[in-house]
Amino acid sequence: MAKKNSILNEFLKGIIKENPLLVLTLGTCPALAVTTSASNGLGMGAASTAVLILSNSVISLLRKAIPDRIRIPAYITIIASLVTVLQFLLQAYVPALNASLGIFIPLITVNCIILGRAEAFANSHGVGRSVLDALGMGAGFTLALFAIGSLREILGFGTFFGIQMPWITENGLRPMMIFGLPAGGFAVFGLMVALMQKLSRRFYARQPQATMDRQHYPGSISAHTDAIYEEKEVFDGPRPPRVPGADAVPEAMKEPGILAGGKNAESADKDKEEAK
Amino acid sequence: MKEMLIILFSVILIDNLVLSRFLGVCSFIGLTKNLKNAMGMSVAVIFVMMVATGITYPVYWSLLEPLKLGYLQTVVFILVIASVVQVLEAIIRKLFPPLYKAMGIYLPLITTNCAILGVMLINIQETYHFGGAMMSSFGAGVGYMLAMFLFSGVREKMAKADIPEFMKGLPITLMAASIVSVSFMGFKGVIENLFG
Repeated sequence: MAKKNSILNEFLKGIIKENPLLVLTLGTCPALAVTTSASNGLGMGAASTAVLILSNSVISLLRKAIPDRIRIPAYITIIASLVTVLQFLLQAYVPALNASLGIFIPLITVNCIILGRAEAFANSHGVGRSVLDALGMGAGFTLALFAIGSLREILGFGTFFGIQMPWITENGLRPMMIFGLPAGGFAVFGLMVALMQKLSRRFYARQPQATMDRQHYPGSISAHTDAIYEEKEVFDGPRPPRVPGADAVPEAMKEPGILAGGKNAESADKDKEEAK
Repeated sequence: MKEMLIILFSVILIDNLVLSRFLGVCSFIGLTKNLKNAMGMSVAVIFVMMVATGITYPVYWSLLEPLKLGYLQTVVFILVIASVVQVLEAIIRKLFPPLYKAMGIYLPLITTNCAILGVMLINIQETYHFGGAMMSSFGAGVGYMLAMFLFSGVREKMAKADIPEFMKGLPITLMAASIVSVSFMGFKGVIENLFG
């Protein structure tokens, strides 16, 4: 039973707890660039998942054959070949998606998620587990891309999967173009990560900062990478407290939703209204 | 000459690599915590980008294209980039130790920086001539440097600010990047006005 649970965990961890995009922040480039619509987000997620599953299984099979010193070039070559195959398939069967994703299909090769999972998981685990890990990570990535894509499409163009949203045009609202532009991409992604930090702290009762920092994640490319990301902040001294004893925040202030906090603030407002 | 300038200005300001094409966002967020790292990485990126374009451009147009092997570009380019990085690292370590000290640690990171592969692919896609391709790589690198430079300044200021708990870390960084990106939108139309 315990084993079954851990296998299930292997799959589920990628979706929320170690969501590759929103918690581990790998693969940000495609996440920002192609998520101008829900269908693009979904397509990019599916394409990356396919490559991730295949690369994880191939690398896991070859993990004893590849010498340690040249593993990174070997992985990159495997991944690049898989991406080339995928590009052919997309050109043949979904040319529209291929056109809208454009240059970001070949760039799946350098997506940090794929190399990161190969390095952190596939080269030390069996094929079955590596495939499950890839499925979970892929699902988490796809869900995150889909969420960002839908939000940007609805807010930026007033459509969802290309279908006009009725309540936007009928009420004389105009879609906010900024969300379709690069600036909106950064903003929506930032808000999603903020929401995820909030949620993961509630669900897992752990410090969000600990999950966000790269140093806790073994999937970075090399020891060099870790050395850079571990370098200290410029201002690493303690910030002068604004109120005496800033640690002693009143217990009531620690309640979620008291400080302006997105969803929670709204629900707190609702609670107040209901109380009235 | 005019064409070269148009390419240069448009890749630096309008199609800025990081802020409007979203290439190299990982390093943009990971390495802008302080100015020194940001500049070291940018110099390394410009260097590798120029050398890699100098190799991949002739390889594509004189080897892959005539042999109808254009579809192999991803595999070939990534191998070229990986080997250029390896060779450069060895050469710089041997010949220019101070330079290696300054940018050596960034070189291994560059292989998986999507900015490099992205620019190689864009150069082929846009069918620039050789000079144009080199200029576009140089401009893209300078654009990357500009974005890194500006943003590391923003982040140093941000470190002093008092930020709500749930926005700390990555979210506020992304929001700041969004605002920097808005400011770059102001350059739209600069090319038409400058070069008629």
